[in-house]
Amino acid sequence: MPTHTVQLRRFCMARSGDKGDAVDISLFAPDEATFQLLREAVTADRVNGFFADMAKGPTKRYELPNLLALKFVVQGALGGGAAGSLRSDNLGKAYGANLLHMTVEMPADLLAQCPDMRHPDSRGP
Amino acid sequence: MKSVRIGAAQAFYGDKLKPAIDMARNAKVDYLCFDCLAELTLAILQKDRQKNPALGYTRDVIPVMKALLPICLPQGIRLITNAGGIHPEAAAEAIAKVAQELGLKLKIATVVGDDVLPRLNAFKSQGHVTAMLGAPSDPLGGLPPMTFANVYLGARPILEALHAGADLVLTGRTTDTAQYLAAAAHGLGWSLDDLDKAAQGVIAGHLLECTAQATGGNFSGAWWEVEGLENLGYPIADVYEDGSFVVGKTPGSGGLVSVDTIKEQLLYEIHDPSNFISPDVIVDMTGIRLEQAGPDRVKVSGAKGRAGPPTLKVVAGYPAGFVGEGRVVYTWPDALPKAKKFESLLRKAIEDDGIKIQEFRAEYFGVNAIHEGNAKLPSDELPEVVVRVAVRTATEREAQRVGRHFPPLGIAGPPHLTGLSGISGARELMGVASFLVPREQIEPHVQVRMQAL
Repeated sequence: MPTHTVQLRRFCMARSGDKGDAVDISLFAPDEATFQLLREAVTADRVNGFFADMAKGPTKRYELPNLLALKFVVQGALGGGAAGSLRSDNLGKAYGANLLHMTVEMPADLLAQCPDMRHPDSRGP
Repeated sequence: MKSVRIGAAQAFYGDKLKPAIDMARNAKVDYLCFDCLAELTLAILQKDRQKNPALGYTRDVIPVMKALLPICLPQGIRLITNAGGIHPEAAAEAIAKVAQELGLKLKIATVVGDDVLPRLNAFKSQGHVTAMLGAPSDPLGGLPPMTFANVYLGARPILEALHAGADLVLTGRTTDTAQYLAAAAHGLGWSLDDLDKAAQGVIAGHLLECTAQATGGNFSGAWWEVEGLENLGYPIADVYEDGSFVVGKTPGSGGLVSVDTIKEQLLYEIHDPSNFISPDVIVDMTGIRLEQAGPDRVKVSGAKGRAGPPTLKVVAGYPAGFVGEGRVVYTWPDALPKAKKFESLLRKAIEDDGIKIQEFRAEYFGVNAIHEGNAKLPSDELPEVVVRVAVRTATEREAQRVGRHFPPLGIAGPPHLTGLSGISGARELMGVASFLVPREQIEPHVQVRMQAL
């Protein structure tokens, strides 16, 4: 089975928010098989490295198979915390979107059955 | 099966009022709950109270109550809000005045006792301050004196107020979910010691407390398919005796309640899903089941509860300097190199003015201001770039001077600078410290004050 290198934005939902100086990110898979793939590919270490230039870390991951979701809590991510931060994204609302840049290797048949999470104008020709 | 209907009216200080009015008129709710206090909000209210000792509550509570009390009281809808902020007594006084002007009769309950600032030194010297899991062992060590310190209260004092017949319950710092759990427990006769039911009540509150975020707002799925965003309805929960509940929204409103919109809000800002701590119950979300129960209706069940912790969480704030900032626009051609040159010239001008820079942050909107190193840079030249510079200083005076150095670079820097309207004055920054205090130091001091108008 051929695989594709695919950005998470193609098939995942993500929302993020703050608690103190930590950012709290939820990543949602569309189905069980994709959830298992994310569980293997999107580790706490990888997420920590992905944000290494913006957040001190460490990153902790929690698994929610009942919701087909992964939760990441990244410490030291908000420039000291919302009320004292110089960051425009002082509440970490955009970290979820940022995580969707990450790519994973995905079997073509799995990708074919995932809903397309791109706005029609962003899908290209 | 017996049920109660609880509605979410406000998610933050400054939330829209119309969805709450529509809900009060059309949704036949038994309770309307408001969460007006983000972590950041207390810092804002502290600044208000410094300027005027009669303030310190979320000031939109006045127009909110003016609009909602006349609709809710005749229907017997009870209102529960933490709009009291860091000064609930002052909020109660202001609302009482409004009610009298409108000729309304009601019972207001004010919950006090969350403000622990006067006792902070005693807590420290008696060894009552402990760190949160994973935080530095001395949470207040090396920090300047706190300017506010409030403990997160749970549902118990609110429930007591409802049992005493309050039409409006006004609190200061509570957990975001306490209003909702108290409403469910009051309406269904639950004991808060029935931990699985209490856990479901907390989850209902957590799903509702961000209002629009459960009903299709800020939805990261197919957001373009959500209909009626211009008239987005706020969420309601029909909570059943057995603890299960169904989330819906105001009839006739826009938006979407689906398993996807609900799961996205369920995990919002919760940290450890098996250990979601509130004063009343520790919730495990890992067994929660979500089922579509009809159009715009999702059934939620399966939360498990353990007894609440022996400590309560305090959130405290301290001064963290000031920021002066501004943003300007550079256009094609060479938009980004021009903006970068502007940044270096601005920094030099600020330093030459004698402003002591504690932290300097430059962001390039349209390039990588938010996504930083993960942003994919376009290969073409950019049509335009917004450059924002923010500078942290020790004094307000220095922060005020930062903005003055932006306009001269329009004539003395790279060409084609425009959009000079985005320069602000000084803004005070606050640091936030969170720590734990034994609950027996807090709970005996919590009071419910009833006032009949």
